[in-house]
Amino acid sequence: MSGWIKVCALDEIAPQGSRVVASSQGDIAIFRTADDGVFGLHDKCPHKGGPLSQGIVHGDTVTCPLHGFKIGLKDGEAVAPDKGCARRFEVKLDGGAVWLQLT
Amino acid sequence: MKKQKLVVVGNGMAGIRAVEELLKLAPDLYDITVFGAEPHGNYNRILLSPVLAGEMTINDIILNPLGWYADNGIRLHVGKTVTKIDRTARKVIASDGTEEEYDRLLLATGSMPFILPIPGRDLPGVISYRDIKDTDEMIATAATHKHAVVIGGGLLGLEAANGLKLRGMDVTVVHLMPWLMERQLDKSAADMLKTSLEARGLKFLLEKQTEALIRGESGRVCALRFKDGLEIPADLVVMAAGIRPNTALAESARLYCNRGIVVNDTMQTYDPRIYAVGECVAHRGIAYGLVAPLFEQAKVCANHLANFGIARYSGSVLSTKLKVTGIDLFSAGNFMGGEGTDEIVLNDPSGGVYKKLVLKNDTLVGAVLYGDTADGAWYFQLVKDAQNIHEIRDHLMFGQNHVGDVGHAGKTLAATLPDDAQVCGCNGVCKGDIVKAIKSQGLFTLDEVRKHTKASSSCGSCTGLVEQILASTVGGAYTPADTRDKPMCGCTDHSHGVVRQTIRERHLITIPEAMRYMEWKTPNGCPSCRPALNYYLISTWPGEAKDDPQSRFINERAHANIQKDGTYSVVPRMWGGLTTPSELRAIADVADKYKVPTVKMTGGARVDLLGIKKEDLPKVWADLGAAGMVSGHAYGKSIRTVKTCVGAEHCRFGTQRSMAMGVKLEKMLFGMWSPHKVKLAVSGCPRNCAEAGIKDIGVIGVDAGYELYVAGNGGIKTEVAEFLCKVKSDEEVMEYSGAFLQLYREEGYYLERTCHYVARVGLDHVKKIVVEDATKRKELYERLLFALQDYEDPWQAAVAKPAVRREYEVIRIKEVAAEVVS
Repeated sequence: MSGWIKVCALDEIAPQGSRVVASSQGDIAIFRTADDGVFGLHDKCPHKGGPLSQGIVHGDTVTCPLHGFKIGLKDGEAVAPDKGCARRFEVKLDGGAVWLQLT
Repeated sequence: MKKQKLVVVGNGMAGIRAVEELLKLAPDLYDITVFGAEPHGNYNRILLSPVLAGEMTINDIILNPLGWYADNGIRLHVGKTVTKIDRTARKVIASDGTEEEYDRLLLATGSMPFILPIPGRDLPGVISYRDIKDTDEMIATAATHKHAVVIGGGLLGLEAANGLKLRGMDVTVVHLMPWLMERQLDKSAADMLKTSLEARGLKFLLEKQTEALIRGESGRVCALRFKDGLEIPADLVVMAAGIRPNTALAESARLYCNRGIVVNDTMQTYDPRIYAVGECVAHRGIAYGLVAPLFEQAKVCANHLANFGIARYSGSVLSTKLKVTGIDLFSAGNFMGGEGTDEIVLNDPSGGVYKKLVLKNDTLVGAVLYGDTADGAWYFQLVKDAQNIHEIRDHLMFGQNHVGDVGHAGKTLAATLPDDAQVCGCNGVCKGDIVKAIKSQGLFTLDEVRKHTKASSSCGSCTGLVEQILASTVGGAYTPADTRDKPMCGCTDHSHGVVRQTIRERHLITIPEAMRYMEWKTPNGCPSCRPALNYYLISTWPGEAKDDPQSRFINERAHANIQKDGTYSVVPRMWGGLTTPSELRAIADVADKYKVPTVKMTGGARVDLLGIKKEDLPKVWADLGAAGMVSGHAYGKSIRTVKTCVGAEHCRFGTQRSMAMGVKLEKMLFGMWSPHKVKLAVSGCPRNCAEAGIKDIGVIGVDAGYELYVAGNGGIKTEVAEFLCKVKSDEEVMEYSGAFLQLYREEGYYLERTCHYVARVGLDHVKKIVVEDATKRKELYERLLFALQDYEDPWQAAVAKPAVRREYEVIRIKEVAAEVVS
């Protein structure tokens, strides 16, 4: 079990925006919602591998820029009627910084 | 000042229409009292036929519910018949003793059905067809009895017969004349009508004179006997043999009557304090029984009651349509022809089409259409305007769509009708009135159009045409009757039109503000409404509203096109499609340096560098920027390209310098956001090598200047651009194009291309503002220039600002070191 890694300051992610973290487990998209929630998902849409980090964030959902799949940020699950799941990463906010946990 | 007293005798369509018109002109002039003999509010008598046929209910045909009278401060006496007018004391007295004084009196007593003076006319089961009571009785009888006979093969009789047949009765129509509807149709059309009604199961006995109605054992009518001795069974006899003006009250007050209460052109009777309108009236010797003239009379009457004194009624040209669903029949004017007239006839009995046009001295004076009445409104307009048709005589019979060059195929009749063509004959509503109401009031449904314009609210036979006009005016936003205006997306109940309008009216300048004000159902919208709101805000309030990058699709946020593998394509702008060796060298260098796998020309004649990683984008832009190039916006809902041919600069056919014109246009429009992408083209001559005919704006050089075309589209469905106007100078090209684009920017819905926008609002609307109104055109042009001033190249901006640049950077973490830290 590996520990928490400091990614960046919260301010370095635009509200309703995202940043991409390159990791040994592939690109991870770190999202910041309008109410400053932070979430991490594997940056690959379960549909055709689109970069979720480039999608529009709305509520607790991101819409993939390639074909409009909507993925829940909390669990990585596609919003029905679509099916599929993007791998989720533990992300937390601590002292104004965003932390990521790699397993 | 004390209000004057206006008393209206008659709560029918003519009288109440006069009151409505009066309220529009002078709402506070009178205390108004209305007497109605029937126990209802005002209802639409012409729609009794659809009620009888089971296509509508009584509730559908109420024009003014009782609340309307109260809202307008009108005292209403229902179920009271006025029996006396005391002209000396200036008061009216009803049968129950109610008295009302008047300063002005309006008689609208309507007409009485003509009851044949034959034995048995008083028997139970013998009725006329005039009001709700008659209709109710016919509906009730149809449920319990079998045989119905309608006496009278005119409009009313046939509608009654059709309704009774649909209610399951065995119906025979008896008519004295040799053919049906002889006052509206010639024999050929009437024969076709008869055949088609027979196919529906109706029976006809023509040239038959009724001698007596025979009483059955139950005391009710049971049969009908003709002069020639023939007897037919009849459980119900409907007398629809005509109407007589109801003049009894006027006569008892010693007002001059002669086949109706005689009125002058201002609708005054021989007592100038007393006006009369409607079926009770004889004007220039004619008593009208159709609704359109009555409404014209009502309007004139209201004008005089309001003390305006300028309107004049000079009689009506009549047109008729039969309200029997599925039968298209239209007649207007002098359709019988006669001495000094020519007739053009198209007769196709097996095809079910008959058309006759009656011409006199190069004008159309009458028309009968059967089976295909689409051009009825147009012919009627030609008749009323007495327009000279010499030029179009050859094509007249084939309808409006065959006269001259009316543009491209697939247009509905509605789109090609001129604004002054009358659509609703009943209410005298022209196309222009409807289009204006639709646009100014933001109407989207048939019901709304009915409410605002009255069109299609009377006999309803123009409903289809009104719907077509609605559809051609509002285009994609048109919602057929009974469904609501389509919401933008699931986050709101409001339509694009409402949202645009609200943003403008309430001066909303941020997305959260707009969402709060319009009660958005989701916390921060969705990928469909947010980009739309962002566009509406920045286009409505340039300089005030701030662009929200997070409400833009990634292409616009990253100023490059995302491709299927997550890489991006970059298109530097080449003004007018022109480039230089050094620009090409810079592009080639970038392609080498960043290992660009594909370099190709776009459809808009620019170079596309495909396959660039997102993190390389700022570096690519910096390199291209160093060579003097800016973003080509090949990714945005924005100005894309201005395509050009080589033009007079090089081409031996070129009439205008199309490259220079294209560069000027593209430089002017640089940075223009719009509801959807916008492409222009400038061709130096009509050979059109730049394909200007399928662009949002096409500019074609001709000897004397330029022709401007708008609303073309080479996309999903190719749309050929429509001719807007001719202009002389380059400056005019800029001004007209700019004004058109600004109009589109202000009125278009997000993701609506210019072709759909123009289809929705109508090219006439665009022309009125951009071509015909120099002031509005200049204002639009200035607003465009204002919005575009100081626009920054997004590439330079992204390169220059670390905060912006950060979005392109990938965060690299040290995984091992991190573990140690924890």
